[in-house]
Amino acid sequence: MGGWFTEASNWWFLIIAAFIVVASFRVVTSGNVVHSALFLVASLAGTAGLFLMLGAQFVAWVLVLVYIGAVVVLFLFGIMITRAPTGPKVEADNPRKGFAATAATVTFAVMTYSSISAFGHTEVSKVGSGTATELIGNQLMGRFVLPFEVVSFVLLAALVGGIVLARQDTSDDIEEGGGQ
Amino acid sequence: MSLVQFLVLGALMFSFGVYGLLVRRNAVMVLLAIELMLNAVNLNLIAFEAALRTAFAGGQVFAIFVITVAAAEVGIGLAIVLLIFRNRRSANVDEMDLMRW
Repeated sequence: MGGWFTEASNWWFLIIAAFIVVASFRVVTSGNVVHSALFLVASLAGTAGLFLMLGAQFVAWVLVLVYIGAVVVLFLFGIMITRAPTGPKVEADNPRKGFAATAATVTFAVMTYSSISAFGHTEVSKVGSGTATELIGNQLMGRFVLPFEVVSFVLLAALVGGIVLARQDTSDDIEEGGGQ
Repeated sequence: MSLVQFLVLGALMFSFGVYGLLVRRNAVMVLLAIELMLNAVNLNLIAFEAALRTAFAGGQVFAIFVITVAAAEVGIGLAIVLLIFRNRRSANVDEMDLMRW
């Protein structure tokens, strides 16, 4: 641990990690739903920074595009459409906070203990000069082509399912006399 | 950089997600906590890939799969929340007791 602080990348890690921890904590404790979604953006941006440090440039920018660009915007739409409580006076949490905190702490303790005991001395290898993007493209179209196609089918099914679920079925309303 | 620092950070993010999942009342906020947990999983995958440097970049490819499935999940999840809100005028998970015995 003595030489750990002499490495410059570890200081960058500490800065980004502190940023991520604060943002993640605010995601689950903020009383305002919009603030929660925006803190999720900060947390995801920090994670993308760590991905860049670990030499995963393509995944980092996919994370920025898909999560920050699309998923969080979808969340903001969901918040606005469902008129989620955004005022500070609204009770956003249920009263069983102690139980939830205990469960989260036990989860963290178990995972940390097993990670340290199993990988305590493993080092992350130095990032090469080239990018892994070419390799990922070749692997997606080669070794992983079947899972890739399956995942695209999942996306298609989710698209159709989302439309079917969210569509306002007006004919049912008329039959039930205004319904809902 | 050691591998453990990324694993511990991922575990911490995952635990925050577990806490939010259990404690939040609004279904949209529960989905936000789930996104946090999925992101912690992605961090683990990328960190292990950086430690092992497999010849087929398995960690990065599966991180992309996780991101894709998470996008599908949030699309369907928000559609379901929207439907429940439309029917029950509320998106609070502790008020969804229709199937509770």
